[in-house]
Amino acid sequence: MSMAPHSKLDGEAGARLLAKAQWRWYEVLFWLAAISLYFVFGDFIPGIPTKLMLLSEIVSLGLLALSIDLVLGYAGIVTLGQGAFFGLGAYVAGVMAKAGMGVFPLSDPLLGLLAAAAVCGIAGFLTSFLVLRGSDLTRLMVTLGVALILAELANQMRWLTGGADGLQGVTSSPILGQWDFDLWGRTAYLYSLAVLFVCFWLSRRIVHSTFGLSLKAIKGNALRARAIGVPVNARLIAIYALAAAIAGVAGALLAQTTQSASPDMIAFHRSADALLILVFGGAGYLYGGLIGAVLFRVMQDVIGAFTLQYWQFWLGLVLVLLVLFVRGGVIGLLEGWWNRMTRTGDAP
Amino acid sequence: MRKQILKGLAASAIALAALPALAQETVKIGLILPMTGQQASTGRQLEAGVKTYMAQHGAKVAGKTIEVIVKDDTGVADISKRLAQELVVNDKVSVLGGFGLTPIAMAVGPVATQAKVPAIIMTAATSVVVEQSPYFIRVGRTMPQMTFPIADWAAKNGVKTAVTLVSDYAPGIDGEKFFKQRFEEAGGKVLDTLRAPLASPDFAAFLQKAKDLKPDALFLFVPSGQGATLMKQVIDRDFAGSKIRVIATGDVTDDDLLNSMGDSVLGMVTSHDYSADHDSPENKAFVETFKKVNDNLRPNMMAIAAYDGMDVIYRALEATKGDANGQKLIEAMKGQKWMSPRGPMEIDATTREAIPPMYIRKVERKNGELYNVEFEAVGPVKDPTHK
Repeated sequence: MSMAPHSKLDGEAGARLLAKAQWRWYEVLFWLAAISLYFVFGDFIPGIPTKLMLLSEIVSLGLLALSIDLVLGYAGIVTLGQGAFFGLGAYVAGVMAKAGMGVFPLSDPLLGLLAAAAVCGIAGFLTSFLVLRGSDLTRLMVTLGVALILAELANQMRWLTGGADGLQGVTSSPILGQWDFDLWGRTAYLYSLAVLFVCFWLSRRIVHSTFGLSLKAIKGNALRARAIGVPVNARLIAIYALAAAIAGVAGALLAQTTQSASPDMIAFHRSADALLILVFGGAGYLYGGLIGAVLFRVMQDVIGAFTLQYWQFWLGLVLVLLVLFVRGGVIGLLEGWWNRMTRTGDAP
Repeated sequence: MRKQILKGLAASAIALAALPALAQETVKIGLILPMTGQQASTGRQLEAGVKTYMAQHGAKVAGKTIEVIVKDDTGVADISKRLAQELVVNDKVSVLGGFGLTPIAMAVGPVATQAKVPAIIMTAATSVVVEQSPYFIRVGRTMPQMTFPIADWAAKNGVKTAVTLVSDYAPGIDGEKFFKQRFEEAGGKVLDTLRAPLASPDFAAFLQKAKDLKPDALFLFVPSGQGATLMKQVIDRDFAGSKIRVIATGDVTDDDLLNSMGDSVLGMVTSHDYSADHDSPENKAFVETFKKVNDNLRPNMMAIAAYDGMDVIYRALEATKGDANGQKLIEAMKGQKWMSPRGPMEIDATTREAIPPMYIRKVERKNGELYNVEFEAVGPVKDPTHK
């Protein structure tokens, strides 16, 4: 598999694909906005409350949705089990931080991330063979089943995971021995954002490479893709394992920034929430999961502030309306507006 | 250049934080309660308990106005931790409280310690929780406190063999462990210990197994809220017909749900510190106000814990003359003694653990409604697990 976008892309079609891979101004804007949130919500300006913990949580959730986008939005594998890797990553990072007693090197957050990525990548690779079998419905069942098995293991292996009560005493050492996690969540947010960007950049490279293009071909029509010589199974295994590793990193981030890991992190609702968020934001754009996560959590926070018991009702209503009337989620909505605007602009 | 800007910003932030706290006229209390999901009935009772206390005692104490902020924990530990952080940093609360489940209390522990803010555990019942932070105070009760009295009562009342059935999570396992220990010390024998998954409340297979073992008694523990489901399945199996006594901690015959269980639970014996039927002037006043401000809801053990939690906070503020400093408050909370609607209450001065009065009760019909009627006062029970 070749990840360099230039390797086999030439001719007119190649040029068009290469142009698509360029960073756009609105992407730069997106990331600048993400950084500026740190200054706005970091309790630096009197009167504006700190929301960095919520933002860190959103980053982790967005990263999970991004990993689903890779398998669903690009490779067309429907999954309800991405939460399994998320939870596994959380436990790997949590157990390591706990075993290291908050002292470098074992408790170092970055090492925890790498370990979580490695373990989840391997777990993804091993379970990918199950996912290759069967059609969409079977895949839903298989991914869900794997998640349930892992959740029960986490519940039963009390000596390692703390059982139903979760893992206690997860204390990471300061990042690279420099930055400690503070009560305001400042370190947590910048750290999460940096990790998100690295994973995003990697994913972006991949979906615009020939490898990524072949995934789209498989999603379009697996039979035809095989006929033109795309090694379908190998490609699906690779992307599934990679997405599992990224989901693991997302889980590890959450465990490190909240200092806990519980069976809840592996539970079905994580997978379902993340899938919902992706569909809400728009699958197949990479940004869909990130934007969906922001909107989902902010709505939950805002609605929850004035109707404590019924926020789920309003959130559900918005989701139903969006899915009913807008194809491609929030990004699809924006894209539609953009196209209409530019078209009227061109017309004489 | 950028680094300098960052440094400048950080420095000004520190300067702002270091400004001497202006004499604040309000004291804020941040409650993290399960308002949605499986535990929503617990959250509703806790909030109602707080409302009742404030209806009786007003919102002013020691010259300060009390402001209560409620957040929904959604049953998730990591969200609860974030909410605790936001309550401390943004809302500048002086006291945290609530915590429906043990993992949630555990997740909030580090925040309480880091921020030096007292945290009142109202619901979580695992013994070990209170040791997780020097700022934890428990006003509810722990599993051994609930299970010892019923184990003693069973041993004294002709029960020779028993089977335990609990939910498979920390409080359930605590309950199983302490029942077995106490019951076997008293000469009884536990034939088997069964654990049902917390998430899926289907007890059929476990109940059948318990019945097949033919013990003298079946001991039950499930989290408050699941009692009705469990009891329905217990009644369907007709344990009474097989001469198997069903005993439990008071969570199973939760006041909130008891009326919906029907006459088949009549005569069931349980142990707990609170029954809405408790006969005292304090409780009469409590139940009356509670029903009045909460739409005729009947208070249960969650409501009384929230009520007593508020009482502890008010008393502490009176003792510090309105000073909401976390260290001073926690010191003022240790060793408090007062007359609660459930009877004489105390907070252990060294372990910060509640010492509630325990009772043995029997389900009876009174004025057309089902109640847990207390027939034996056990007295205050200390948690045996703290050193």
